Amino acid sequence: MSDIILKGKAHKYGSNVNTDEIIPARYLNTTDPAILSKYCMEDIDKNFVKNVKSGDIIVAENNFGCGSSREHAPIAIKAAGISAVIANSFARIFFRNSINIGLPILESPEAVKAIKSGDTIEINLNEGIIKNVTKNKSYQSQPFPEFMQKIIKAGGLLDYIKSTGGEQS
Amino acid sequence: MGSTITEKILASHCGKKVVEPNEFIEPKVDIALSNDVTAPLAVKEFRKAKIKKVFNKNKIAFVMDHFTPNKDILSAEHVKFVREFAKEHKIKHYYEGGNVGVEHALLPEKGIIVPGDVVIGADSHTCTYGALGAFSTGVGSTDVSAAIATGKVWFKVPNSIKFVLTGKLNKWVSGKDIILYIIGLIGVDGALYNSMEFAGPLCKKLTMADRLTIANMAIEAGGKSGIFTPDEITENYVAKRAQRKYKFYTSDKDAKYLKIFEIDCNKILPQVAIPFLPSNTKAVKDIKKTYIDQVVIGSCTNGRIEDLRIAASIIKKGKKVNPNVRTFIIPATPEVYSQALDEGLLRIFMDAGAVISAPTCGPCLGGHMGILASGEKCVSTTNRNFVGRMGHVESQLFLANPAIAAASAIKGYIATPDEI
Repeated sequence: MSDIILKGKAHKYGSNVNTDEIIPARYLNTTDPAILSKYCMEDIDKNFVKNVKSGDIIVAENNFGCGSSREHAPIAIKAAGISAVIANSFARIFFRNSINIGLPILESPEAVKAIKSGDTIEINLNEGIIKNVTKNKSYQSQPFPEFMQKIIKAGGLLDYIKSTGGEQS
Repeated sequence: MGSTITEKILASHCGKKVVEPNEFIEPKVDIALSNDVTAPLAVKEFRKAKIKKVFNKNKIAFVMDHFTPNKDILSAEHVKFVREFAKEHKIKHYYEGGNVGVEHALLPEKGIIVPGDVVIGADSHTCTYGALGAFSTGVGSTDVSAAIATGKVWFKVPNSIKFVLTGKLNKWVSGKDIILYIIGLIGVDGALYNSMEFAGPLCKKLTMADRLTIANMAIEAGGKSGIFTPDEITENYVAKRAQRKYKFYTSDKDAKYLKIFEIDCNKILPQVAIPFLPSNTKAVKDIKKTYIDQVVIGSCTNGRIEDLRIAASIIKKGKKVNPNVRTFIIPATPEVYSQALDEGLLRIFMDAGAVISAPTCGPCLGGHMGILASGEKCVSTTNRNFVGRMGHVESQLFLANPAIAAASAIKGYIATPDEI
């Protein structure tokens, strides 16, 4: 398998960015990723949708994605063009949801501390290496446990289940 | 080395004698639940994967509670989509219309979830059922989709943090104040990935209503679950409701905890969480005079009969709600509504000028039935006060118990019942 390289500009936020800010409940009457993406981050950063370009990376401090279980949150982020989220830590349901829908997420407090909004970031997803191209510095993030890597490789949780013949019919 | 109640429940559901924290497991689930916001995504994924059958039609619950009675056409289409799936697969626990209540109040009340269960739900407040001595946790729609296909879910066994509750409850202090106080102490990620186990002599005196409120808000500290040791109070609650056999588990004396907090509840005064995090807690007496525009009494956190009783007793004393305060009373389930009717509580609310709503999550997540305009302030018995949670991004939400909410509705500012 060739290395997966993600590259884009950083959009940086603080701690406890919650799912209500990522995708407010007033838009939860749809499951369409294209519609959800239009309102992504609306209650924390009105200019996000205007500024984001395909491949860009969200960088945040502690407990990113806290709050509700809405999978619409990682779906909106992915559909907005974000290629990965780097944070000090993630809220656990957001973490699960991201793995399950195939949104790459990485934990690296060192990288988060050094990255500024607008920096160009390059991620080698297989190696878990985060490179701040603007500052020419690299950071190693925690690799995913094997169990999760299998889900990611299968393309998401349901595809993984089908590949293992896990469904009971 | 002994095991915690959480480890024992999880081990029993994956055919193991013991499980260790951080171990990956795939336990069987007793109930997988989803609501009208998350079920449409779960059903969409299930259909997309072309899976033919659900694992067990009796172990799935779809509760159409968030935007119901359907607030708009898109929401109505979502519910229709889930309803059709539920009919096709003969899902036993499908709730809509006159049957529906707020999921985490409804399912324990109906005895669908029982002690010893492993429960997952595509709703973050699924942790509520820990009050019964079940392991329950919030997941996403895809997780539920996988669980309704296979009957299993993947987990990392959580570490446990023990909260030893001692002392007595002060006047107007309830389970809500205990959990707000704890969240204030440890922060919104203070229990991230961990199970919050509530123990200590005070627990034995807490009602099921208080336990449900406390476990409900474990997620607001980042917890994977919250759990109480089942006892006589649990038995009295469950015995008349349980639709299945249940089992009480208890932590071993030598069980291992990541941390242990001693919480002296004598120190806890009525709490309020000020915007914009549930951890921004202060004693009501310590905040500056805050005039409000709205009060909401309801939700999976505080919409049970005990909550309405205390609110009604205070509102009765004050006679009329303040003319500047729109006051919404939302009984969490049809049974709570019916009981409030029989006990004359609804008459008190009506006469005081409050609005009585059908059971719904409604305003708690800014869905409908009481959305805030810019600059407006609301005291709510719900669980989150994030930016824009109940409406406009420039509105403000203050979380409190039903007694404080009722007193504030009368006074027009954040107040304690002693001020009436």
